[in-house]
Amino acid sequence: MLKKIVILLFVTCFACFNTVFSAESGGMPQLNPEFWVSQIFWLIITFGILFIVLTKVILPKISDNLETRKSQILENIETADKQKEESQKKIDEYEKIILDSKLKAKSYFNEAREKILDDINKKRASLEKDLDEEISEVEKELSDLKNKSGEKINKIAAETSAELIKEIIGEEVNSSSIAAIVEDQSKINKERKDV
Amino acid sequence: MASNPMYQFNVYRIGPEIKLGAVDISFTNASLFMVISSLAILIIFNLGAKKKTLIPDKLQLLSELSYSFVAKMISDTAGSKAKPYFSFIFSLFMFVLFCNMFGMIPYAFTVTSHIIVTFVLAAFIFIGVTIIGFMKHGLGYLKLFVPSGVPMVLLPLIVVIEIISYLSRPISLSVRLFANMMAGHTMMKVFGGFVISLGIVGGWLPLSFSVALTGLEILVAFLQAYVFAILTCIYLNDALNLHH
Repeated sequence: MLKKIVILLFVTCFACFNTVFSAESGGMPQLNPEFWVSQIFWLIITFGILFIVLTKVILPKISDNLETRKSQILENIETADKQKEESQKKIDEYEKIILDSKLKAKSYFNEAREKILDDINKKRASLEKDLDEEISEVEKELSDLKNKSGEKINKIAAETSAELIKEIIGEEVNSSSIAAIVEDQSKINKERKDV
Repeated sequence: MASNPMYQFNVYRIGPEIKLGAVDISFTNASLFMVISSLAILIIFNLGAKKKTLIPDKLQLLSELSYSFVAKMISDTAGSKAKPYFSFIFSLFMFVLFCNMFGMIPYAFTVTSHIIVTFVLAAFIFIGVTIIGFMKHGLGYLKLFVPSGVPMVLLPLIVVIEIISYLSRPISLSVRLFANMMAGHTMMKVFGGFVISLGIVGGWLPLSFSVALTGLEILVAFLQAYVFAILTCIYLNDALNLHH
C-alpha cells in the first residue's frame, strides 16, 4: 500500500515536471540582453542615491547616536561612582560622628561619675573630720570631766568629812588639813586601784 | 505562462519607453524593486536615526544593531583600515539584503536574481578593490599573486592560478548571489506548481515543501547578502593589508 502511494507520487511528480518544463520557452530571461542597460542604469541611480544618502545623512546620525549613548553611559557610570564615593564618605562621617558621640557620652558619664565620687568623698571626708572633731571634743570633755571629778570628789569628800567631824566632834577642824588627808587617802585608793 | 518557473524573472517595461540616445533605459519592474528596496532602506534607517534617546525604540534599535553588526563584520575581516569603506559596505549589504527580502514577497521581483545586476555590483567592487590595492601599495600589490613560502619550481604555476582566481572574483561573487536567488525562487515556483497540478489530494506534500522552502529561502536571502558583504570585506582586506 505504502509502496504504491510512493510510486504514484513519483509518477505524478515526473508528469508534473514534464508539463511544467514543456511550457518553458526561450530559457533564462536573465540572459536576454534587452533590458541590461536599463537595469545597469537604474541600479547605478538607486544604489548611488542610497549610498550617498546613507553616507551623508543617515549613517553619521546613527554613529552619533551610538557615540553619545556610549559617552552618556560612561558619564552616568562616572557620576554613579562619584556618588558612591560621596555616600561612602558620608557613611564614614556618620560612623565617625556616632563613634565620637559615643566616646563623648562615655567621657561625660565618666566625668559625672568622678564628680559624684569626688563629692561623695569630699563630703565623707568632711563628715569624718567633723565626726573626729566632735569625738575628740567629747573625749576632751570626758577627760576633763574625769580629771576634774577627782578634785571635786576630793573637795566634796573634804567638805563632807569636815561636816561629819563637826557633827561628831562638835568643833571645827582646819579644813586644809582635812583636804590633805582626803588627798592622801584618795591617792592611796588610786594606788590600790592601780595595783 | 505563469506555470513556467522562469517566468517570474522576466523583465518588462513599466510606463513609457525612455531612450537615452540609442540605448533603452526604460523604467522596468526591476527598476521598480530597486527603487522600493532603496526607499525602504532609507525610510527605515532615517526613522531609526531620527530620535536620539538613551533607550532606543524598535526602529532605532534595528538601525543601531545593523550598524554595529556591519561595523563588527568589517573590523573582524578587514581590520581598522577598512573604516572609510564602512558606508559603502553597509549600503551594499543593506541593498542586497532588502532586494533579496523583497523578492520573497509573492509576485514580487527579485532584483538580485539577475546576473547583470549582481555582476555590475561585483565588477564595481573588483575594480574598486584593485584600484585601492594599487593606490596603497603601488606595484607591490602584485605581490598578492606571489605567495610566500612556495618552492621556486611551483611558483609559475601558483602565480598563474592566483591570477586566474583573482580575475574570477567578480564572476564567482556575482554568480554566487544570482544563482542562489534564481535557484531558490525557481524551486519555490516549481513546488508551488506541483501544489496546483496535484490538487487537493496530492498537493499537501509539495505544499509542505513549499513552506519549508520559504523558510530556507529567507535564510538564504540573508545569508547571501551577508556572504556578498563579507567577501567584499575580504577582498578589501587583501587590498588594504597586503600579507599573502
